[in-house]
Amino acid sequence: MSPKKIVLRFPPQIVDRPLISTLVKDYDLMISIVKANINPYKEGSMVVELTGDPDNYNQGLDFLRDQGVRVEDLSEDIVRIMDRCTHCGACTSSCPTGALFISRPSMEVILDDEKCVVCGVCLKTCPVKAIEVNFNGKN
Amino acid sequence: MGVHRTYAEINDKIKSGKVVVVTAEEIIEMVEQKGVEQVASEVDIVTTGTFGPMCSSGAFFNFGHPSPRIKMHKVWMNGVPAYTGIAAVDAYLGVNELPEYDPLNSNYPGEFRYGGGHVIEDLVAGKSIKFEATGYGTDCYPRKKIETYINLDDINEATLFNPRNAYQNYNVAVNVSDKKIYTYMGTLKPKMGNAHYCSAGQLSPLLNDPYYRTIGIGTRIFLGGGVGYVAWHGTQHSPCGPRGENGVPLGGAGTLSVIGDLKQMKHQWLRGTSFLGYGSTLTVGIGIPIPILNEEMVRFTAVKDEDIFAPVVDYSYDYPNANGKSLGMVSYAQLKAGVIEVGGKEIPTAPLSSYVKAREIAGTLKQWIQKGQFLLGEPVQTLPSSDSEIKIKGLQEKQNF
Ligand code: SF4
Ligand code: SF4
Repeated sequence: MSPKKIVLRFPPQIVDRPLISTLVKDYDLMISIVKANINPYKEGSMVVELTGDPDNYNQGLDFLRDQGVRVEDLSEDIVRIMDRCTHCGACTSSCPTGALFISRPSMEVILDDEKCVVCGVCLKTCPVKAIEVNFNGKN
Repeated sequence: MGVHRTYAEINDKIKSGKVVVVTAEEIIEMVEQKGVEQVASEVDIVTTGTFGPMCSSGAFFNFGHPSPRIKMHKVWMNGVPAYTGIAAVDAYLGVNELPEYDPLNSNYPGEFRYGGGHVIEDLVAGKSIKFEATGYGTDCYPRKKIETYINLDDINEATLFNPRNAYQNYNVAVNVSDKKIYTYMGTLKPKMGNAHYCSAGQLSPLLNDPYYRTIGIGTRIFLGGGVGYVAWHGTQHSPCGPRGENGVPLGGAGTLSVIGDLKQMKHQWLRGTSFLGYGSTLTVGIGIPIPILNEEMVRFTAVKDEDIFAPVVDYSYDYPNANGKSLGMVSYAQLKAGVIEVGGKEIPTAPLSSYVKAREIAGTLKQWIQKGQFLLGEPVQTLPSSDSEIKIKGLQEKQNF
């Protein structure tokens, strides 16, 4: 199975359980943690990338749900921090879908969310780091 | 014999609120409608602007002496080393400088997320930065180490002093090779998949005064959101290359060295900048007022994108090997329209310099002058021009002295 990115949300009462290690040990899944935000006694969240056998994958996720974890597909959005963007245009030639483009004749740079496929290229090409990625609506 | 104005006359009009200022964009249409003569009689000043990455930039600092005193031999500002080969508590921080722990291009393409340019932006934004210095200890400067936090208000002087800014025209970069390359002109796709340019064209200061008739040593300018001055011609100033009939150079030519008090600048106009696979730098905002001393200055400032041409240069082989080749000339009108043609191939373009911000700078400078807050500085000496016989030298490799 090709790697799949998902978001796990942990209610406060279970954040301290060793759930991730169980996924590795009992379900033989490879896990890479993309982002984690876990605090004792508070709701936590984690973006993980899972690789493994499809059956194990489904059973592993069922196990997490049984434990009270909310499992969501990852939705990532690209956000442009407007007061950091200089409208230089450097990102427009690397964006593969034309989501970032120059509006003429004003030469302002526009980001069309509809066309963005969240490939992440602009995160690195923007020289002033005006582009960030949001996971499931949260930065 | 047409209009003649002096700097003093224009400054009197600024003081009395009667000055007429337009931007380098606005004058184009005015001249089309009214003609050069009429516009020369109406307009006193044309404002220009540019906002692009300018690598030859940096700042001098005097940090003040701690007690006991130290002769700073090494200095780090937020981990970025500054040059200390000057007096005890003075240093120069260059915008390309990187922390010693930066993986550079060992993790190709390196991200260069934080360098000297970012330190300058942080300081101007009012942030505190970590300051570390070591010394070897002398009888008069016994201390060997200091670690503290500083901000711009804590230190004595902070002077932005950029040896080369505001390039008069520049190359258009393409990549003819089969693999993607990472350059100071941005990420260039293989087989001429894109073309990057870096000039504000018709709004750019030195393209509006191509022979430096009015921009010289002492010219007062908009620099990084504050007031600065032209200090000298910039390094690599090359005024004697080929020019078009309108006098505009057909490639990188004149440059400016500029100076100003960092403490009155704004972080929006001095932005730490990272080029993937290349390094870190500073994007600098510069605006220069051009006095309409006579009709000739109207003709110069009315220059349009379609009359300014830049050479297309391959950055995969020709540029790195300094062989001086160009793949053809294109106009800024074509570059800004988004597609150029080189050798029968259509190539999408993208800028690195912000035209939107260049326009904002020209507009801001216009307002400052209209409000009487900004007077023209008459140059005490003009810059070497096309008759100076300056030749740019390459570095020769020799075996002995
Ligand atoms: S993430 Fe990719 S598709 Fe979306 S705007 Fe950035 S470069 Fe374009
Ligand atoms: S590269 Fe960054 S600063 Fe430039 S237009 Fe794109 S998002 Fe804005």
